[in-house]
Amino acid sequence: MTLALRQRSGADPASALDFATAARRRAVLATAAGIALCLLLAVIALGQGAVPIAPERVARILLAQATGGGDALAARDALVVVNIRLPRVLLGLMIGAALAVSGALMQGLFRNPLADPGLVGVSAGAGLAAAVTIVLGDRILAGTGLKLPFAVLPVGAFCGGLVSTVVLYLIATRQGRTSIATMLLAGIALGALSGAFTGLLSYLSDDRQLRDLTFWSLGSLGGASWSKLAVIAPVLLPLLIAAPVLARGLNALMLGEAEAYHLGLPVQRIKAMAILLVALAVGASVATAGIIGFIGIVVPHLVRLAVGPDHRLLLPLSALGGAGLLVAADTAARLLVAPAELPIGIVTAALGAPFFLWLLLRKAGHDDL
Amino acid sequence: MTISDPGPVLIEGLGLCYGAGGRMLVENASLPLEAGRVTVLVGPNGAGKSTLLKLLTGEISPGRGLVRFAGEPLAAIAPWRLAARRAVMAQQTRLAFPFSVYEVARLGVDGIGRGLDRPRREAIVAQCLADAGVLSLAPRSYQTLSGGEKQRVQFARALCQLTAGRSSAAAQALFLDEPVSSLDLCHQIALLDMAREVAAGGVAVLIVLHDLNLAVTYADTLVVMDRGRIMARGRPEAVLDDTLLRDVFRVDLALGLSPRAGIPFLLPQQRMSV
Repeated sequence: MTLALRQRSGADPASALDFATAARRRAVLATAAGIALCLLLAVIALGQGAVPIAPERVARILLAQATGGGDALAARDALVVVNIRLPRVLLGLMIGAALAVSGALMQGLFRNPLADPGLVGVSAGAGLAAAVTIVLGDRILAGTGLKLPFAVLPVGAFCGGLVSTVVLYLIATRQGRTSIATMLLAGIALGALSGAFTGLLSYLSDDRQLRDLTFWSLGSLGGASWSKLAVIAPVLLPLLIAAPVLARGLNALMLGEAEAYHLGLPVQRIKAMAILLVALAVGASVATAGIIGFIGIVVPHLVRLAVGPDHRLLLPLSALGGAGLLVAADTAARLLVAPAELPIGIVTAALGAPFFLWLLLRKAGHDDL
Repeated sequence: MTISDPGPVLIEGLGLCYGAGGRMLVENASLPLEAGRVTVLVGPNGAGKSTLLKLLTGEISPGRGLVRFAGEPLAAIAPWRLAARRAVMAQQTRLAFPFSVYEVARLGVDGIGRGLDRPRREAIVAQCLADAGVLSLAPRSYQTLSGGEKQRVQFARALCQLTAGRSSAAAQALFLDEPVSSLDLCHQIALLDMAREVAAGGVAVLIVLHDLNLAVTYADTLVVMDRGRIMARGRPEAVLDDTLLRDVFRVDLALGLSPRAGIPFLLPQQRMSV
């Protein structure tokens, strides 16, 4: 039997795959670089602000805190670092990671590099729920003399994110098949609808509520505190740890749902889990920091350029990249107009929107979008 | 194995019906697929070939009828168990992200090959890429390949899946839906040769083809479909007669006998006015 198809070039299979070993080495390197960058940015962020503290001093304060020593250090600096800046940096790291991972998950799910929770209305849905809580919560409770508990807002935002994701999914799914084009278009429509209602609510709100609403729609890490962190960390950390479990499934989904099924994967369960993770992560993020756009689209794209699209690398490295980027953006937001501070959503949008446009231009002409 | 000696039936479709949008795409189709043999499915566009293939792989469920895989109802077999026993190459597969050829082929072993150590898995991928003639493309981005190269990579992926599943499973099946539609003649023959070699290893192979001459050359069993129904099934030389071809393909064909291989060949004469 003739086997013309077989390679007779003399290349032996083992050495033909040498590049795969090189890629693995690059991945390890990228991970190490990501971790180092996050730590570096965090230490710099901890030193910047109204009271400047040198990076090595920040490191000593952190070390002293960890080991329980630190009597030689000025109490004021330690107070600033530990009580004011550290929770903010930690919140930034966590939310940045959550947003970037959500973006990567959504792009995998939609099989489209332009999908992002901010673009398909999930963030807008969460923001609308937050607006409803801010504007109408007080009115509903007005007669009772009760004050709105802190936890209602995050829970509301979370529910908003979940509801919009589920609605989106239901609209786009017919007979067990999810149409990606329908989902993107429906997401844009749902986002507009949420925006309209949020606009209506801001029209109805008083001055204080309007300020709160603006905070939500532009995003800020300004409200960070250890108590907030205690609420949000138990939600976000398990999500970040759970996300890589989906990596293999998302890789197979790149071939299409039928192919993923042929490869033996529980396709519907993977899709449902990815959607739930995105809704949880975005809901929790919007609840604590408002709507912060473009992290979810910029970071996974850069990671893909660096190490390729394998989700086993993409998800953890996006988490690192998102964490670093948001902390850097937050530091910029605090420093640019000091002593006031910019809403962080402005910073990420100012960086992200041009990047997004560049992405579109680069993609133009590719039929595989 | 001689052609007249059918292997054990691995997959059996019984009275399969499938409709969509008020139209029956497959009507009362019964088809056994035998281990170790190549079954080729032919028919005009819209005859229901791909739908029948999807029913037999479990991708879609029949409205009526039943598919048995090694005696078990297909619906009762968990996807991961099924994946170790049959691989499917779809008509066209596009990727949204720039996965390398190596990564695409590796998807075939990532799941069911998890019990194997990494050197073994990599050896499988390398061997299957070489078998499909795309080893030299391994570092290339799948998105930048030509249609024919993509097809050969997908073929390699299906081979990977079969090889990775072989250690844990008994008889296997390979489904190829128009696997040579974008290939030049040399690569068409090479791919089909490889499929025949896979069958010789005890795998039940089902191939959807358009080229009748290739179908006749490679089929142990030829199945002719038209308008959702199976019109004929059997050895190619027994199935092909002027009347059937004229009825199904609406083309007047001259039927000859290849002097070298002793197999029939067909030459289109003229389209029939219908």
